[in-house]
Amino acid sequence: MRRWARDLALGVRLVARGGRGAWTRLTLTAVGVGLGVALLLLAASVPAVLTHRDDRTNARDFNEASGRPTDTSVLYRPLDTEYHGEGVYALAVQALGAHPAVPPGVSRLPGPGEMVVSPRFRAALDAPDGALLRERYPYRVVGTIGDEGLSGPREYSVYLGSDTLTGSWRGNAQRLDRWGSPTPDRGMDPVLLLVTVLGIAALLVPVAVFVATAVRFGSEARDRQQAALRLVGADRATTRRTASAEALLGALAGLVVGAGFFLAGRRLVELLSFDDISVFAGDLTPDPVLAVLVAVGLPVAAVLITLVALRRVAAEPLGVVRRSTTRRRRLWWRLVPPVVGLGLLVPLAGRVTRSGGSLDTAQVAAGLVLVLAGTAVLLPWLVERVVGRMGGGGVARLLAVRRLQADSGGAARTVSGITVAVAGAIALQTLFAGVAHGYEKPTHQDPRAAQAIVTDNRESGPAQRAALAAGLRRSTGVHAVYAFGHGAVFVGDDGGSLVVGDCATLRAYAGVAGCADGDVFTVGTDRSPAFRPGSATTLLVGAQDRELRWRIPATARTAVRSAHSVEGDDRAVLLTPKAAAASPLPPAMPTTAYVRADLTDPLAYDRLETAAARVDPLIDVMRVSGGSVDAKFATVRTGLLIGSIAVLLVIGASLLVTVLEQLRARRRPLAVLAAFGTRRGTVGRSVLWQTAIPVLLGLALAVLVGVVLGGVLLRMTAEPLWFDWSGILGVTGAGAGVVLLVTALTLPAVWRMMRPGAMRTE
Amino acid sequence: MSIGLTLLGLLESGPRHGYDLKRAYDERFGHDHPLHYGQVYSTLSRLLKGGLVQLEGVEPGAGPERKRYAITDAGVTDLDGWLGRAEKPEPYLQNTLYTKVVLALLTGRSADDILDTQRAAHLALMRTLTRRKSTGDLADQLICDHALFHLEADLRWLELTAARLAALTEEVLP
Amino acid sequence: MTAPLLVAADVRRSFGATPALDGANLSVRAGEVVAVMGPSGSGKSTLLHCAAGILLPDSGRVTYDGAELTALSDARRSALRRSEFGFVFQFGQLVPELTCLENVALPLRLAGTRRRDAARTALEWLARLGTADVAGKRPGDVSGGQGQRVAVARALVTGPRVLFADEPTGALDSYHGEQVMRLFTESARDSGAAVVLVTHEPRVAAYADREVVVRDGRSVDLERAR
Repeated sequence: MRRWARDLALGVRLVARGGRGAWTRLTLTAVGVGLGVALLLLAASVPAVLTHRDDRTNARDFNEASGRPTDTSVLYRPLDTEYHGEGVYALAVQALGAHPAVPPGVSRLPGPGEMVVSPRFRAALDAPDGALLRERYPYRVVGTIGDEGLSGPREYSVYLGSDTLTGSWRGNAQRLDRWGSPTPDRGMDPVLLLVTVLGIAALLVPVAVFVATAVRFGSEARDRQQAALRLVGADRATTRRTASAEALLGALAGLVVGAGFFLAGRRLVELLSFDDISVFAGDLTPDPVLAVLVAVGLPVAAVLITLVALRRVAAEPLGVVRRSTTRRRRLWWRLVPPVVGLGLLVPLAGRVTRSGGSLDTAQVAAGLVLVLAGTAVLLPWLVERVVGRMGGGGVARLLAVRRLQADSGGAARTVSGITVAVAGAIALQTLFAGVAHGYEKPTHQDPRAAQAIVTDNRESGPAQRAALAAGLRRSTGVHAVYAFGHGAVFVGDDGGSLVVGDCATLRAYAGVAGCADGDVFTVGTDRSPAFRPGSATTLLVGAQDRELRWRIPATARTAVRSAHSVEGDDRAVLLTPKAAAASPLPPAMPTTAYVRADLTDPLAYDRLETAAARVDPLIDVMRVSGGSVDAKFATVRTGLLIGSIAVLLVIGASLLVTVLEQLRARRRPLAVLAAFGTRRGTVGRSVLWQTAIPVLLGLALAVLVGVVLGGVLLRMTAEPLWFDWSGILGVTGAGAGVVLLVTALTLPAVWRMMRPGAMRTE
Repeated sequence: MSIGLTLLGLLESGPRHGYDLKRAYDERFGHDHPLHYGQVYSTLSRLLKGGLVQLEGVEPGAGPERKRYAITDAGVTDLDGWLGRAEKPEPYLQNTLYTKVVLALLTGRSADDILDTQRAAHLALMRTLTRRKSTGDLADQLICDHALFHLEADLRWLELTAARLAALTEEVLP
Repeated sequence: MTAPLLVAADVRRSFGATPALDGANLSVRAGEVVAVMGPSGSGKSTLLHCAAGILLPDSGRVTYDGAELTALSDARRSALRRSEFGFVFQFGQLVPELTCLENVALPLRLAGTRRRDAARTALEWLARLGTADVAGKRPGDVSGGQGQRVAVARALVTGPRVLFADEPTGALDSYHGEQVMRLFTESARDSGAAVVLVTHEPRVAAYADREVVVRDGRSVDLERAR
């Protein structure tokens, strides 16, 4: 123990007095490890972030009340919408009782014509380009929603005070008696949990691999130092201990730097939002247990990794001999981790389904980590075996191949992080793509027929309806508006839509042909056949729950709904205005309008929203989409995507440092190559080959491991096997792109080293 | 090595008495072998006879030490010729070479020139030996190598001297 | 007397504030072996680098075969070095990952010779320098003398018109140094290549036809002085 302390102290002194080289090395290590530590701390904060966010969104959630209204009752109508392409949490409220319940973060329920807004919303209202939003919400701002009432700092949210809400069952609002969702969260379903576990493993294993390479920055210079120590009489154990002191110092500095990165990033995090998700700095708190694990585990790991790495290196007084070239790598023990990992995962096939089944998180996590880490273990063997058989092609490839043959381990090390990251991402993607269809809720809407549906629950006559249509039509980007009176029609228990509109509208609605005013159509599809003409029906129209008796005229024409209609397979009875006048239907009905418009620009949608709101703030505008992904699943996907990109970037940065360091060690040969007239392009291509060959091998291994792992996990969920090859190609391409980028960034250094001045360093 | 030429060199910076000459010689070149008075005066009388030096003046009193000698134009020409000429490259030339370098410094001539001239002469011989080595038999080669190493030693010493010129100059010209 | 093949005239070059060459001259005729001598730090290596077009002088002109080297682009100078010049340095000049044969073949490959032809020519040169037995070995596995002979083979393999050698025997003992120098100058003379030989060793310089001394960044051509 005393010896350890003494040798470590010597190592620390060597770094401190090691001049610029040692400090550069220490800085690189600290920054590299620091980036990894920041990511680890970020991952350790995820539980806190999710918990706090859930707590707050649960607190502002509500359940529809049953029974008699109470003193605290509030009528509400969700008006969630978009602004600038981001989601807006909007709720119209109207007090029923004398002491209405107040949502969290709000001091007073807004009265009619008033609104309470989130800070981001208020900023948007005040912004120079906020006119659309101000027109959409012509209310007086009477307060700001506090943090406890927001899901995140960058959320657009607003409570609108109304006096036109009606709470009956065909009315335009529901009733709540208290805020907060009393039913506890049902917890994550096992499939989502599986995806999350895989996601975190796919993020953390590459970070760990990366940290392991980062503590080995500057090994060449360290070798020389070791040789010098041996020359003055240190034994091998001593040199190893002094060398590990540098790794330890780098790891400790990395912890400090990483904590710094994390704290700095924490202050910046409130400025960011990604796909409607933003995070309060205060929520970003690492789990204490995980944080301690990082703080203690990392330095210990750094020392251990160095000691293990140095076992392959024999520091002799006159130089360092690497044993790696003398012994061929063996395959069998490298296969152990992935095989054991798969052994843990395969028996779980079919155990995890959305409806039930439980997930042994520990077993799955262990299996995943083993398989992913196994990729990093397998890679050196693969690179050695493949590169060993390669011959030279052109000069550039010859130089690269021979260099790789001389140090295939180093080459494998540089790309192992990317390999593991890509393998994890592919596994995730495969699992995700396979599971995703289960989370896509078909809306039975066809976005080709109309791009937005506007719902106006006020009872309006033809003139008012025309005014709405005209208002919408004026909005930029709108091609056509089809507004019609909308109700429900029942024959016995079978329901369908009741539509009152002119012939053009009916054609747009259901594709009926040969229409004249006075006609009645009854339409349907194979699955829900049309009501027969002559049937006795009950009509439900408007907020007052009026039930009207009506018989479909025997002259009504039956038609099949065209494939391209907005509301896919709904059956409906369509009346032209004259026919409606002949029926017991009142002239004033709730209105629905189909809007054909180009809404790809978020601003076009904002304009449409505002145009509708100018007619009446309670009018609802909804985008038409073919299918909507379960919101929670979308959240997971977004989080994982951000994570993958962050990991690839961090690893790319470390790759850059490693390649630069390797180049520095080859300064002399590069200068000599330049002296005897080697073209820059030749050397540039050889550097590219030198990174590209291990990267291609790594990516091939990554695709293999990722697909197998994704397949195994998919079998676990009992979903049919399906591979999203374009997605796999995308992730693989991203990994390859990072490598190309890194190579491009190293080229200036290569050119600099090829400058003849470099010859003078001897 | 010629004592006469050395005395000429010492005289070039100004006339001196015979006694001064002996002291100056001993100080700079005598080392273990100081000159005898007899040697000084016999050399001087030979130079006088050859017209290379002349008597500048005789002070009252008797004895050879009363005479002051000065270098003549013919003497300067002789000295020039000697200093500008490479010594025939052969081992153990250091005394002559050293004397030449010091005299060059004393008389304001370029010591570098002396070194370069000598280097050229040495290298010319070394080239010949190197060429002979490549055609000769083993015995020839060994003999040539021996000579080459000695010549190289001389040249290296010469180069070292060149490198130390600055220090030497300060020592010689107080 | 034939016109000089390579002339460096009044070449000045400094690194930062340190002047390395301060008006140096060098003139080499075809087939001639010229030794550049001088103490360490005198600028003799810099003179070699400038004469070979590796370094561009701050002022002064370098002309090769009538063309002004100093006016050529970097790519053109590289091409010239590939086709017309050969280089031998003191150490660290062989690419450590390539075999000796591949090292010798490298300049040919760079000049576009097919792999098999390049290997054959390279092997011939290794044989001429008596090192055919190390063809398949890596530079790290051969002795210093063998390595230097491989380097000489590499410098000669393209049939250059000028060879530049910077202390080619600096890391060798007398015996191996002699051997390398003999093979080097004989091969150069056989193939009619001129040689610029930077050395501080008189015995090495004695292999040259004449010598140029560089002192404090200025050169003295002893032949011209005589």
